Amino acid sequence: MSGRPLVRVESLSRRFDVSPPWLDRVIGRKPRRVLGAVVDVSFEIPQGGVYALVGESGSGKSTIAKMVVGLLPPSEGAVEIEGAGPAAARDRGAVQMIFQDPHSSLNPRWKVRDIIAEPARARGRDTDGLAERLLELVGLFAEDAGRHPHEFSGGQRQRISIARALASEPRLIVADEPTSALDVSVQAQVINLMSDLREAHGLTYLFISHDLTVVEHVADTIGVLYLGRLVEEAGSDELFADPRHPYTRMLLAAAPRIDGRREGAAPPPAGEIPDPADPPSGCVFHPRCPIAVERCRREVPRMRDVRGVRVACHLAE
Amino acid sequence: MSAPDPVPPALELRNLRVDIPTRRGTLRAVDDVSFAIAPGEILGVVGESGAGKSMTGNAVIGLLDPPARIAGGEVHLNGRRIDTLGRGALRRIRGAEIGMVFQDPTSSLDPLLTIGDQLVETMRAHLDISGKAARARAVAALEEVGIPGARDRIDSYPFQFSGGMRQRVVIALALCAEPSLVIADEPTTALDVSVQAQIIALLKRLCAERGTAVMLVTHDMGVIAETADRVLVMYAGRMAELGPVREVIDRARHPYTAGLMASTPAASRGARRLYQIPGAMPRLTDLPEGCPFHPRCPKAQEDCRRVPRPTLAADGGRAACLHPLDPERGAEDVARAAEGTAR
Repeated sequence: MSGRPLVRVESLSRRFDVSPPWLDRVIGRKPRRVLGAVVDVSFEIPQGGVYALVGESGSGKSTIAKMVVGLLPPSEGAVEIEGAGPAAARDRGAVQMIFQDPHSSLNPRWKVRDIIAEPARARGRDTDGLAERLLELVGLFAEDAGRHPHEFSGGQRQRISIARALASEPRLIVADEPTSALDVSVQAQVINLMSDLREAHGLTYLFISHDLTVVEHVADTIGVLYLGRLVEEAGSDELFADPRHPYTRMLLAAAPRIDGRREGAAPPPAGEIPDPADPPSGCVFHPRCPIAVERCRREVPRMRDVRGVRVACHLAE
Repeated sequence: MSAPDPVPPALELRNLRVDIPTRRGTLRAVDDVSFAIAPGEILGVVGESGAGKSMTGNAVIGLLDPPARIAGGEVHLNGRRIDTLGRGALRRIRGAEIGMVFQDPTSSLDPLLTIGDQLVETMRAHLDISGKAARARAVAALEEVGIPGARDRIDSYPFQFSGGMRQRVVIALALCAEPSLVIADEPTTALDVSVQAQIIALLKRLCAERGTAVMLVTHDMGVIAETADRVLVMYAGRMAELGPVREVIDRARHPYTAGLMASTPAASRGARRLYQIPGAMPRLTDLPEGCPFHPRCPKAQEDCRRVPRPTLAADGGRAACLHPLDPERGAEDVARAAEGTAR
């Protein structure tokens, strides 16, 4: 946790215009609708760290991932990777992304050799034997380079995606739900591979997931997102031992537990995620929050430090 | 329950076999699966993709995708054999005696009918009931599954509901004709965790109240641990282990079950590395001889390769394994035995 952060995300926001077509708007006197997918999110990832963003659907986690790799421009705020913008970092090959679905993220007509070497070739680097070396690094065989993606299982394909991501010798890997489409035994292989590579190559990860148990296993630091806002950020052990934000607590209580022991048979969480185009006033979590008070309805909570943890809740202490 | 005549199980499978004929020979997708679910009991069926769990559920309700077909064994519903029934008779059983909840609530609902019409239609197809009474019951059913303002929302279309609310509607639909068995195939996989917890609690409560038997098919051990009474672990189309849920999770006897548990992050708190089951799930086209798990099994011995596929009888009805694990050491045993084999 020393030195300059590799990634710095400053007050990042992203809005999407989801208005009906203008003619409908005029005839139906409907207002413009703007959806705040990501609202004022800031965090840093130290060199060699694993930062995980967790949240349910609509929490903005994938939108943040896209902005970090420069696939989507932010509406406000900035992303800095080694002091430069995401586009510059991407051009150098310093940032690579791994996607959820290994079936749609590999070109079915290309041989594995070409898929893996492409990021290096595009930057004019020497690709002789590169694919073969990387395949062995991710636990496949050099002979696999001549085959096509359809000849591999889901877990093997995700290994190929990882090999491709490594080809440009990146510093940061953004992994968007990399194991969600995989069976548990295959998931274990991919998670172990990612942590081995981190140690061997000093990689830094931004890990996006909805699965708390996976995140607990891989991350040093966890940021919890709700409706596009960062509501809590803490070290992995701390977050699970002592969650401060009521949403984090709800999320932890809702996750099915393999030991079958629910604490005090807590009632299941109430309500559902609100419409992001029409978020609640004040703290966006207040309609579902078991401890909300009047102030939560009126005032947006700021992110503040509470005993070494960042949390956006008026009542956290 | 003290009646001298024992109540027949809600569902009983005897040596069920499902074959898929292909050009390159016949694949056995489900092989020799036998179990019973008592009224009011929840049986979890767990396994990875290709384990045959959904195929087993589809075989029960007669909804196998051709060319897959039941090639052997029997399916009994409340003591009556149903796998030999014709298509029409099976259609009457589905919905009336067997309710179904699938993974994707969007595809289980007709987008062009209001949810009220769908409930009324289902009830009138299976119950002798007037339209008016059916509508009143539909409102009650929606209230029961926790849809706020059921009286107003009954005339809404499926797209007007969120994913979690839609799955509630599907549950109302599955239960409205008061079936004795519900087959739920990954009912919460498409939902967020907070909604998943609500749906699990709902399914559990409703089935307990009505004494409905549930076959819960999922890949998620956590869901099983919280919901099921007993669990069946499947591997390569066969039963690997069957037993009370806490027994199987805490004291696995089949090395595959133990490996599955050890590779689950939730069950490996604190472990720096997750356990990896060596190798990959075999294809149905080339299942190994002997125990189908032996090439990946850290405890495999010579006879596992040779002796024909073991059944649960090999371990007194619990695990289909010739050398079951020491019940007291379960997962650690496997982890230790496999330390050398994992790459």
